[in-house]
Amino acid sequence: MMSLYLLVVLAPLVGALVAGLFGRQVGRVGAHLVTTGGVAVSLLASLVVLLDVLAGNSFNGTVYRWATVGSLDFEIGFLIDTLSATMMVVVTSVSLAVHVYTIGYMREDPGYQRFFSYISLFTFSMLMLVMSNNFLQLFFGWEAVGLVSYLLIGFWYTKPTAIHANLKAFLVNRVGDFGFILGIGLLLAYAGSLDYATVFGAADELGAETIVLIPGLDWALLSVACICLFIGAMGKSAQFPLHVWLPDSMEGPTPISALIHAATMVTAGIFMVARMSPLFELTDTALTFVMVIGAITALFMGFLGIVQNDIKRVVAYSTLSQLGYMTVALGASAYSVAFFHLMTHAFFKALLFLAAGSVIIGMHHEQDIRRMGGLWKKMPITWMVSLLGSLALIGAPLFSGFYSKDMIIEAVHAAQLGVAPMVYVMLLIGVFVTAFYSFRMFFLVFHGRPRWDAHHHEPHESPLVVTLPLVALAVPSVLLGAVAIGPMLFGSFFEGVIFVDPAHPAMATIAANFSGWLGMAGHAFVTWPFWLALAGLLTAAVFYLLRPALPEALAARFRPIHRLLEQKYYLDRFNEFVFAGGARLLGGQLWKRADQGLIDGFLVNGSARMVAAIASIMRLGQTGYLYHYAIAMILGVALMLWWFAPLMTSP
Amino acid sequence: MMQSTFPILSLAIWIPIVSGLLLLAAGKSLSTNLVKAAALLAAGLGFLVTLPLMVGFDRSFSGMQFVERAAWVPHYGIQYFLGVDGISMWFVPLTALITVFVVIAAWQAIEDRLFQYMAAFLMLSGLMVGVFCALDGLLFYIFFEATLIPMYLIIGIWGGQNRVYAAFKFFLYTLMGSLLTLVAFLYLAIKSGSFEILAWHQLPLDLDVQVLIFLAFLVAFAVKVPMWPVHTWLPDAHVEAPTGGSVVLAAIMLKLGAYGFLRFSLPITPDAAQQLDWLMISLSLVAVVYIGLVALVQTDMKKLVAYSSIAHMGFVTLGFFIFNELGIQGGIVQMISHGFVSGAMFLCIGVMYDRMHSRQIADYGGVVNRMPKFAALFLLFAMANAGLPATSGFVGEFMVILGAVAYNFWIGLLAATTLILGAAYSLWMYKRVVFGEVANDHVADLKDVNGREFGMLLTLAVLVLLMGVWPAPFIDVMQVSVSDLLAHISVSKIPMPLPGLERLTP
Repeated sequence: MMSLYLLVVLAPLVGALVAGLFGRQVGRVGAHLVTTGGVAVSLLASLVVLLDVLAGNSFNGTVYRWATVGSLDFEIGFLIDTLSATMMVVVTSVSLAVHVYTIGYMREDPGYQRFFSYISLFTFSMLMLVMSNNFLQLFFGWEAVGLVSYLLIGFWYTKPTAIHANLKAFLVNRVGDFGFILGIGLLLAYAGSLDYATVFGAADELGAETIVLIPGLDWALLSVACICLFIGAMGKSAQFPLHVWLPDSMEGPTPISALIHAATMVTAGIFMVARMSPLFELTDTALTFVMVIGAITALFMGFLGIVQNDIKRVVAYSTLSQLGYMTVALGASAYSVAFFHLMTHAFFKALLFLAAGSVIIGMHHEQDIRRMGGLWKKMPITWMVSLLGSLALIGAPLFSGFYSKDMIIEAVHAAQLGVAPMVYVMLLIGVFVTAFYSFRMFFLVFHGRPRWDAHHHEPHESPLVVTLPLVALAVPSVLLGAVAIGPMLFGSFFEGVIFVDPAHPAMATIAANFSGWLGMAGHAFVTWPFWLALAGLLTAAVFYLLRPALPEALAARFRPIHRLLEQKYYLDRFNEFVFAGGARLLGGQLWKRADQGLIDGFLVNGSARMVAAIASIMRLGQTGYLYHYAIAMILGVALMLWWFAPLMTSP
Repeated sequence: MMQSTFPILSLAIWIPIVSGLLLLAAGKSLSTNLVKAAALLAAGLGFLVTLPLMVGFDRSFSGMQFVERAAWVPHYGIQYFLGVDGISMWFVPLTALITVFVVIAAWQAIEDRLFQYMAAFLMLSGLMVGVFCALDGLLFYIFFEATLIPMYLIIGIWGGQNRVYAAFKFFLYTLMGSLLTLVAFLYLAIKSGSFEILAWHQLPLDLDVQVLIFLAFLVAFAVKVPMWPVHTWLPDAHVEAPTGGSVVLAAIMLKLGAYGFLRFSLPITPDAAQQLDWLMISLSLVAVVYIGLVALVQTDMKKLVAYSSIAHMGFVTLGFFIFNELGIQGGIVQMISHGFVSGAMFLCIGVMYDRMHSRQIADYGGVVNRMPKFAALFLLFAMANAGLPATSGFVGEFMVILGAVAYNFWIGLLAATTLILGAAYSLWMYKRVVFGEVANDHVADLKDVNGREFGMLLTLAVLVLLMGVWPAPFIDVMQVSVSDLLAHISVSKIPMPLPGLERLTP
């Protein structure tokens, strides 16, 4: 099987190298063939791996030895189980859809080959992250996807906003990685290995360890280590307050917004925490932290989605909010539910992004939803898949998002953590908000009065190479939830992979209440989420179809709140002023005052001046007159006699 | 000790020095092309002779290998004594390789007194190899000090506007630093009766003596590394030095100081080193955080990379003084990697400087539009400078951070700020120089790298990636020597009164 695993990761890598290094030689067609082919091979191989895993096999082994330090082996290796195999299929299938879509979307871009090279390189990096069996490789993949994200956000490198956004994305992610590496360091220091299996095997001993960071305060080691690891996840999975890079990342081309900034890379943090369940389960402190951060992200990022007018940014804030839902599920010890939502979200959010891209092409690169409207006649396929994607997102019964999101809400309801009741309410409000912003966008884009300039450019449906991936993604967006919920959440799918402590009852409770996929859909009509989602949808219909003047009036009435949302809670301003500005100010002061002023000016050049000054005094003695020297000699001899005389007379 | 049957190390030292002298003598009558060819041949030969070193090195043996030994001044116990172990081995081929790049980089950039320039670098190369190989204290000292002369001339003659100030600052700073070391060496020689460094390792010393010797060493090595606060010569020297000078300075010369800690401070004064670890760790962290912030605000590319070098060397010294294998090996790996990466960064700046005659970030913008190949390579090196995984820059940093967290969480935390600071200063500079619209007519006239420059940078790129993806071959070499060193440090050298004596005294 090892050769198959290697095929999964190496096929996209080869594609990326060929398209990247020999782009001119292979040409545009060659570039998209080799990369798309590579990812297709990778998808097929991943499917074979998944089937093999479902048949009960798993794998944990080394590919090569990276380095040895003392008794510590750093290795590159694979851990193939249901979690990684499923993720491999999700990554490669979304990636394949995006590759095909890109052939149409980037057709006229001069950087065509470079783009294909990057997205294949991303697929490789993401697979390495997912398949890793140790923290070293995890960190490798973690930063490598960050690199490709950096390259892709700044793909149009002459655009000032794009190159600002990519630097910002990289740096904010580095803040997360800063925590992440400390977490890895702590685990290594106490468990003596970077291997998952070894570290998890030592989980009980680690759980008993305490660490003193501030004298007099003992903290559980795992609480500190898991929070550090989670800070990494907050960067990558864009959790408050490290979410600020994700909306700006929309400066990149749309296909990568779908692949990287919605479906796969941003879910790496969720995946990582699910992978680390044997550690997180032992620390309620970290779980509470995780849940609170997730809830803040889920609700408050949803609010921001309401006031956005850029089609991609609406979807971006929706992604943030949904990532928050997944994070909350992690905090509730419902790792499999979080992963389930990750999976369904990957498909319907990739679908929504690619559909948004299709609208953008159809509208000739217009992204402002205020200048759209009535597009359903012009772009029927895009309209249809957008509707399906939106219904999945808001959790309409039978759609995939319904199963995953409702289960998250149920899990939080059943969770034992003290913050769970409050988080439950936040998530319910979030359901309304999600439905509202989703259909606000949907109605503004596809329905109502056309607000575009028909003389200028007539909107048109996108070519087949663009719509085909949309249709392909629509299928799992609708069906996947119903099909997978039973086996994945309540079967033995994650047995031995995800660990849940018996003290955390959420999964057991929802399993006891689960009545099959059909029963769950039927039961939906007596639950809060359904009615809240419906209310959100209807409110959007009233605001944007029936009474289009109403939103303006409300915005004017609640000016301060609207302004706060428009300014994204002023977080960007704060970061730019305090962190970016503060670092520059501090660096400037240290340089000017300490380096140049004190050390160089006073000590170094000062001592040089001192030497010169002493020398100029000494020079006074060097007159060249013989009698001066003679006097000096005589005085010297007298002095010496006076000094040594007592010594000579003493016995 | 493994005696060598063939004087490889002597060849690695003397081929460049002798060919440098020959070039100096005959250079006036040679044509420019002939000078270039001769210099390249000499540098290439200097590198080729180090190949057997890499192939023949015994990774399982912790002591000195390829040893050459001859009496020099027998009366004072001074010998011509060379050898390498796992700690020093890589620096011999690294020095020789960097010299090849320096020769190539000078191809068109240097027009004035080319033969003298080449000769200076060749001799410098041999002297630096000598520092890494010398096992006799006096021989080490001679090599160590002699390296100042060619570098002083390189900065002073081929440097920029303010070259005289920078050259003097460089020379005086480093000379002052090493004078005390000579005193320490003489003390050790008198105490032990020989100048053999390995004998000094075994010499029992009282703690207060150790502290004095440690501090004497510290002054010399800290200036060379350079550690805060004796670092201010480096930015000036880098800014004024020609490209080749900066490359050698950053890639090799800084390592002479760090190497000194491993060869002298730690094994000769282990108790003092442990006593003063707080000082060394603090200074190293100041280098990482404070210098990282200072690097952020630089407007001159060379100054920025110079400050980033100081920050990266802070990682080296930090690794050495947390006394675990991750730390020390990470530090050595960081030294090698920094040789590649900082060398490449200065070469990249040189490539742009040759075209634009400016080092100011503000004079650039949108370079990628005209130099896409160069931009791709430059990005790789900038990322390596920021410690991205799969580049060599990651390996050492990662190991040192892990080692530091194991030593003390807060030290690890401060060290890990480099993840943010390193990325901030490297990529912010990259953004302003490379990305964006073409900023002005000078940028619009830029031509992408030619074959010579491309080959040079590509070689370094391959090395940076290789070491990042598979560092085992590099690390395996140092493994046993470092374990040995740690074992050596853990045994106190303070002379103990004989155990029976206390009982006899009433």
